[in-house]
Amino acid sequence: MNIDQALQTFIAESHELLDDMETALLAVGTAGPDERVESINAVFRAAHTIKGSAGLFGLDHVVGFTHVAESVLDEVRAGRLALDDGLVALLLGCADHMRALVDRIAAGHSEPDAGLQAEGMPLLAALGDRLGREAAPAAEAPAGAAVPAGPGCWHLSVRFGPSVLRNGMDPMSFIRYLGTLGRIVRLITLPDRLPASADMDPECCYLGFEIALEADVDKAAIENVFEFVLDDCELRILPPASRIDEYVALIRALPEEPFRLGEILASCGGVTLHEIRQALQVQDSSRDGPPRRLGDLLVEQGGIQPAVVEAALSQQRKVREAPGRERQSVRVDADKLDSLIDLIGELIIAQASASLAARRTADAELHEAHSTLTALVQAVRDSALQLRMVKIGATFGRFQRVVHDVSREIGKQIDLVISGEDTELDKTVVEKIGDPLTHLVRNAMDHGIEVAELRAARGKPAHGSIRLNAFHDAGSVVIEVEDDGGGLDRERILAKAVERGLVESGRTLSDAEAFGLIFEPGFSTAEQVTNLSGRGVGMDVVKRNIAELRGHVSIASRPGLGTTVTVRLPLTLAIIDGFQVGVGRSVFVVPLEAVEECMEYGGGDGDWIDLRGEVLPLIRLRQLFEIGGAQPPRRNIVVLRQGRDRLGLVVDTLLGEAQTVIKPLSRVFAQAKGISGSSIRGNGDVVLILDVPALVQQSCQRAAHSDSVVA
Amino acid sequence: MSAPLSIVGELTIYRALELKPLILDEVAQRDRPSLDLSGVEEIDTAGVQLLLLAQREAHARGVELQLLSPSAAVREALELLWLSPRLDAPQPSGADA
Repeated sequence: MNIDQALQTFIAESHELLDDMETALLAVGTAGPDERVESINAVFRAAHTIKGSAGLFGLDHVVGFTHVAESVLDEVRAGRLALDDGLVALLLGCADHMRALVDRIAAGHSEPDAGLQAEGMPLLAALGDRLGREAAPAAEAPAGAAVPAGPGCWHLSVRFGPSVLRNGMDPMSFIRYLGTLGRIVRLITLPDRLPASADMDPECCYLGFEIALEADVDKAAIENVFEFVLDDCELRILPPASRIDEYVALIRALPEEPFRLGEILASCGGVTLHEIRQALQVQDSSRDGPPRRLGDLLVEQGGIQPAVVEAALSQQRKVREAPGRERQSVRVDADKLDSLIDLIGELIIAQASASLAARRTADAELHEAHSTLTALVQAVRDSALQLRMVKIGATFGRFQRVVHDVSREIGKQIDLVISGEDTELDKTVVEKIGDPLTHLVRNAMDHGIEVAELRAARGKPAHGSIRLNAFHDAGSVVIEVEDDGGGLDRERILAKAVERGLVESGRTLSDAEAFGLIFEPGFSTAEQVTNLSGRGVGMDVVKRNIAELRGHVSIASRPGLGTTVTVRLPLTLAIIDGFQVGVGRSVFVVPLEAVEECMEYGGGDGDWIDLRGEVLPLIRLRQLFEIGGAQPPRRNIVVLRQGRDRLGLVVDTLLGEAQTVIKPLSRVFAQAKGISGSSIRGNGDVVLILDVPALVQQSCQRAAHSDSVVA
Repeated sequence: MSAPLSIVGELTIYRALELKPLILDEVAQRDRPSLDLSGVEEIDTAGVQLLLLAQREAHARGVELQLLSPSAAVREALELLWLSPRLDAPQPSGADA
């Protein structure tokens, strides 16, 4: 592997590790005791691995910075330092700084940057503070990881040969005998060489042992223990006080994965590490902390043994890749996926036109072949679209950090509750929904949740809460951002809207319409301007971003209780199951998921009909789009559902289901209300796709106005 | 639920070939595989190796192999090899503390 590729891997892995670190840090606050330990370990591991890998590339500034963070984490792990909120925030800052360092390397600058270093200084100082403050009591505390006394630990690495057992020798008996020479301070049984169970010969020996032996003997005496198996085993003996490069050589010679060995040796040879340190005369006498890991020392001595380190890196990768196979997943370029979807779109159109042509013939065989083909094409389409589906969980997860940081920044205590993270939606949608969601969440924190005093006065818990939820509903994905804050002030919004000339005064608006005003360009009701405002993004941009995804945003609020913003998005941007309807000579497509039922229209001029005791508002497509031509005697109603609202669409004919490949409308039609896209039918005709949410909204508005007229 | 697989007498190289399929069957078939080791009079490295293999297979299935009432011989062997009753090495920090 050349160094550039290795560096790319380092960068990618570092990003993943930093993500892990962030997630774990954020989990610490809410975790139970067990999970807390696990989280702390995860944070430590992430820092440790980044430091290790950075050392391999000689990125000393990364190593230097990470080392300090790691030392603090080590203290936390050992229970000598409390991981309080302040420290979590500090460590999050460190993670950000490490990300910045790595990003700079990714940009091709392996040299430290003065500006970045300056940014790192306050963090280092704060970390040092934590270390210094806690250092004194640590010295008195009994060393947590008890270092076995005495300088004289031998280290033995034994790998028994396969035929040992068959030759009538039992490795256990050698170990038992070894125990008579002195004290076995530590022994680790290594089952790593055990093959897959089918290949495993129960009469062969696969085990190896790492042994730390405290004994006042010479090397020959130890070798004598294994006299009878010397030909049939690999025995390596390191005398007490071996130098680090002898350990490095040992690691290199052993078949196991070096990083694991490093850990094993470290845990085996607390004394030996102590010895290593002595031998190296590492003047790290400031604290009598737990023995540091051999991995660290390896890294710090990386310059001495570049070849070993390189070997370790490649082996580490090999070992890491192995478990990946179990997940059986493949990374594919998004571009390839997109072009596949495009092709499938074309395939559907071509298939539709072939079917159309077939229908004109009386060939039964051809008909049958085509219906099979149609089913297959649908299946292919579905599974291709499925490939693009990703869970929204990762996007939601990022908000833990946002909420954590912002709540500190604005001095409110806010918890984030996430549900529905397994809800899947199109990759493109997921990518583009991040920004609008961020804004909605920040807005809820900034303007929605009240300050603690006010909450207390209102009898609410001091901790505000924001809930992110996602679920599937009628062919769309619904994302809710809900806060338990003060709710929207309807009167103030109306007053502001009138002031800004957004509505005429005296007009009666429904709640939904009134609240919807905050999505209008140039609208802001914030009385207090925090530094979150003024980022140049208003709610109007949120609405526009969501509309670009063919989505729809609505808002509900109850005074004093909170606000819920509901974002409704299409499952996919590419292809839908459509239901075709005809009006005059035009054909329109309605997303099939929105269609609830179809019925014959009895006629009449009313704006609504009575559907089994409920009012069903009607929209006549012929009037809406001003389509000419004679009205046929028989017409139909397609009942559409959007959330809780229903709408009856009056059309001439029902043409049935058809797969519809969505083609974007050109800008010219951007202002056309009620149309979300176009498509091409099998016969080459262009059809328009109806925008159901917009139509429903229109009918609701009309209903509200007619109400107010009546009132 | 039937009784756990009980191993009586030797768990050594002499019976390793015979026991391997029995033990692996136990691990592969049961939701809560367990071995009754109360009757084991003698165990050697081959026997321990079989237990380690069985535990690895169990973990691969996402279950935990239980060793029930290990006899003195089994306990002594596991102690000698610094293996816990769950057949994993004691955590370094835990062991040191």
